[in-house]
Amino acid sequence: MGMTIVEKIFARASGQCRVIAGDLVVVDIDCAVMLDMSFHRTQRRTILKVHDPEKVVIAYDHMVPAPDKDSAEAHAYGREFAHHFGIKRLHDVGPDQGISHAIVADRAYALPGTVLVCSDSHTCASGAFNCAARGIGAPDLLAAVTTGKTWYRVGETVRYELTGSLPPGVSAKDLFLHLAGTWGHHTNQNVEFGGPGLAGLSIDARRTVAAMGAELSAEFATFEADERLLDYIRTRNPASFTPVSPDEDADYADRRVVNLSTLRPLVALPDAVISNSVPVDEAAGQKIQQAFIGSCANGSLEDLAEAARVLKGRRVAPGVRLLVTPNTQAVYAAALKAGHIATLVEAGAVVTSATCGACFGGHMGVLGPDEVCITASTRNFKGRMGDPRARIYMASPATVAASAIAGHISGADA
Amino acid sequence: MIAGKVWKFGDNINTDLMLPGNLLLAPEAEQKKAVFSANRPGWAEEVHPGDVIVGGFNYGMGSSRPAARSLRNCGVAALVAETINGLFFRNAVNFGLLALECPGVHAAFEEGQTLEISIEELVVGNRNSGATLKARPVPSMLLDLMLNGGLYPYLEKQGLIGRFGAA
Repeated sequence: MGMTIVEKIFARASGQCRVIAGDLVVVDIDCAVMLDMSFHRTQRRTILKVHDPEKVVIAYDHMVPAPDKDSAEAHAYGREFAHHFGIKRLHDVGPDQGISHAIVADRAYALPGTVLVCSDSHTCASGAFNCAARGIGAPDLLAAVTTGKTWYRVGETVRYELTGSLPPGVSAKDLFLHLAGTWGHHTNQNVEFGGPGLAGLSIDARRTVAAMGAELSAEFATFEADERLLDYIRTRNPASFTPVSPDEDADYADRRVVNLSTLRPLVALPDAVISNSVPVDEAAGQKIQQAFIGSCANGSLEDLAEAARVLKGRRVAPGVRLLVTPNTQAVYAAALKAGHIATLVEAGAVVTSATCGACFGGHMGVLGPDEVCITASTRNFKGRMGDPRARIYMASPATVAASAIAGHISGADA
Repeated sequence: MIAGKVWKFGDNINTDLMLPGNLLLAPEAEQKKAVFSANRPGWAEEVHPGDVIVGGFNYGMGSSRPAARSLRNCGVAALVAETINGLFFRNAVNFGLLALECPGVHAAFEEGQTLEISIEELVVGNRNSGATLKARPVPSMLLDLMLNGGLYPYLEKQGLIGRFGAA
């Protein structure tokens, strides 16, 4: 029996010929990403040794710009830490700012065939880059930074074979909602994406699906590397790398074909995304007070362009707050140049700087009691974005934008 | 041998229910008061040191936040679930919370019954019904960390990080 993508990456990174589901592997890490949260006084430990400063990236994303004194102190502490250990890749507040998972994509720090870790659950977004990337805990990250290694229990892999192409007005978020609605959680399993439908999916779209791998409760969500991906990376990072393809006789727990052409816009009902998706029509008419487009899953240039397409010449309904958060300041600048920011602001949206803020209920768009929000972000758990009495629906950027215009949940015209 | 009173939860219990986002950077003492405040208000006052949680499938889905630490700080002696989300399991290892996957456990227990765990054999027993179940094996490297306070003490001993609170 052959190996899946992640099994092959683990075999290389653990110095073994073969890795199979059920193994416990200790692997060398190629890239360890620290966050502003890593330096918060309630979280941090004094790091006495850094295994390899060249393999560390620091991205301030959760509490940026500092919304309080403790965050400001954490930022200062992290700057000093980076300086002390000679860590050059520090993405501070400013033009290099962004959500860590978008930064490692935009700069192509995440490379095919490599192992990447970060203490945030949506680290799996870099799986779109043919990278074995996953979120780990804060103590794991300290071990990763100080020893250069981490451990994985290798799960079995489910292969998703993509065919066809997404119809107009149907997005990668709808693909995710279809997967979560149809197959539910993938606890202790990896998901792998490939097939003829892959070529038609943009890199941004793949990153949306990979980021949402965490919401499938998958261990790793890894894509095959194709020319489209390799071109994207080569224009951003001159480093050498070796993409990994699965063996033809790889041992999969299941192989599932998804015909992208048959998908339609979906909405996840409040409190869960697992087995909770319905067609937009079934949720249509539900009044909303907030609409959000952002996060590592839906703050890309493509997402902003799609929102702008829907909002062009329209107005956000009275009584609705539409918040839009680009995933990096570079995306913000590109959206500005393309005219998307003007379209969004003229329609009544509030565009924030790049942060995880509203998605995790941290700042920049926290929900109050009994409010209803439709979000194109990562999670709709009870209490996720603020008060536990708030209700959060999840959908694509187009559906969220159309709902903001209508004042209630509504599908977008394709 | 661990023996504790059972608190029973369902499938897909998420991290945000155990550690709400607005308390992500709050002191641990404040975080532990908010465990399950959204889905089971008052639980944090009712739970006693030594109690155990029985969960369904995909226990702990969601964030990398240290929700396992909050359970440990509430005095939870062990989590036994049908399946445990991989990231939550990592944090159980990281923060020294005994977390076992045990097929059939959800149906085998009623809330308030007493659950026993033999660590050596990883056998889970219901003291009230007499039923016994076998938990899935845990690699010894990870079990050792779970039973010995987690990863921080290990990293401290290796001289890789300072002690908490030290400058």
